[in-house]
Amino acid sequence: MSRNVLLLLLVGVLVVLPFLVRPGAEFGGADGRAEEVVAELRPDYRPWAEPLWEPPSSEVESLLFALQAAVGSAFLFYYLGYVKGLQQGRRAVSRDALQGSGRPD
Amino acid sequence: MSAWLPAFFGLVVALSLGPARSAYAMHIAEGFLPPAWCLFWYALALPFVALGLRSIHRRTLADPRLKMLLGLAGAFTFVLSALKLPSVTGSCSHPTGVGLGAVLFGPTAMSVLGCIVLLFQALLLAHGGLSTLGANTFSMAVVGPLVAYGAYRAVRGAGGPLWLAVFLAAVLGDLLTYVTTSLQLALAFPSEAGIWFSLTKFTGIFAITQVPLAVSEGLLTVVVFNLLVAHSRNELEELAVLPREVR
Repeated sequence: MSRNVLLLLLVGVLVVLPFLVRPGAEFGGADGRAEEVVAELRPDYRPWAEPLWEPPSSEVESLLFALQAAVGSAFLFYYLGYVKGLQQGRRAVSRDALQGSGRPD
Repeated sequence: MSAWLPAFFGLVVALSLGPARSAYAMHIAEGFLPPAWCLFWYALALPFVALGLRSIHRRTLADPRLKMLLGLAGAFTFVLSALKLPSVTGSCSHPTGVGLGAVLFGPTAMSVLGCIVLLFQALLLAHGGLSTLGANTFSMAVVGPLVAYGAYRAVRGAGGPLWLAVFLAAVLGDLLTYVTTSLQLALAFPSEAGIWFSLTKFTGIFAITQVPLAVSEGLLTVVVFNLLVAHSRNELEELAVLPREVR
């Protein structure tokens, strides 16, 4: 388990490091630098499709992103908790069986 | 693992000394590929999604308990795709999370799950797009998982440790996804100086930003994989990721 904590700390370092080495950077800002390059390479290119629906504000967008992360991690940790509980249950049963104190099925 | 740390910090430092760039590196936006290219990438991606549906159907028919683990692989991609992380290039991007599922279920199963995540983001977040769904599916859900699976098999085949195989699978799957995105844009928008000029431009935006995020994804994938090895051994044995224990 301590190995996993170390790995998570490393991820934390990786996330914080950019703020230290690039203190003045925008970290986002202008949407779509790739789109600027397309405009540079092919000034006549016009996007031929528009998104069907766009989040009306950055608040709504962050709501949807938070929801996406929350739903994903909800399932992730539900599964991990489920298999851990299953495993502990199995171990308890086999330990009881070994000691002869468990009830027979 | 100790030998990896200096190498990896060296890489991060080397990148941070590179030129400052402002980029928002993610999937190709709606309408930003000409229609012919959209169709081309749809045509290339669809067979993999079809193969993936068949593979998932067979796997879960053989052992319905694996549906839960498949859900976990999808959930992992869902979470990681939502996390826009800062990178040492001074811009943000997000990991893909397809490496874990590719190691567990093989590459084509992740083509299906990745495509679903991309569809969600295209419809609800205006992130990526329906016209570019084929291209984005091809990069994130076809090339990414194929590279991840290939890296995993190569390391295991060479007798490398499981954690290294999983780590490299996640890192390379993530990186090559964005190299593919750069290639797709360069092919559609070659400059007068040639495709290579375009490719280096797009790679500068997409792929470089992705390097530290790919390392983060590799570390997170190893963490989840460790937890699965500790608590979900039966399923991993069922998928032949771990050898069967004699009980």
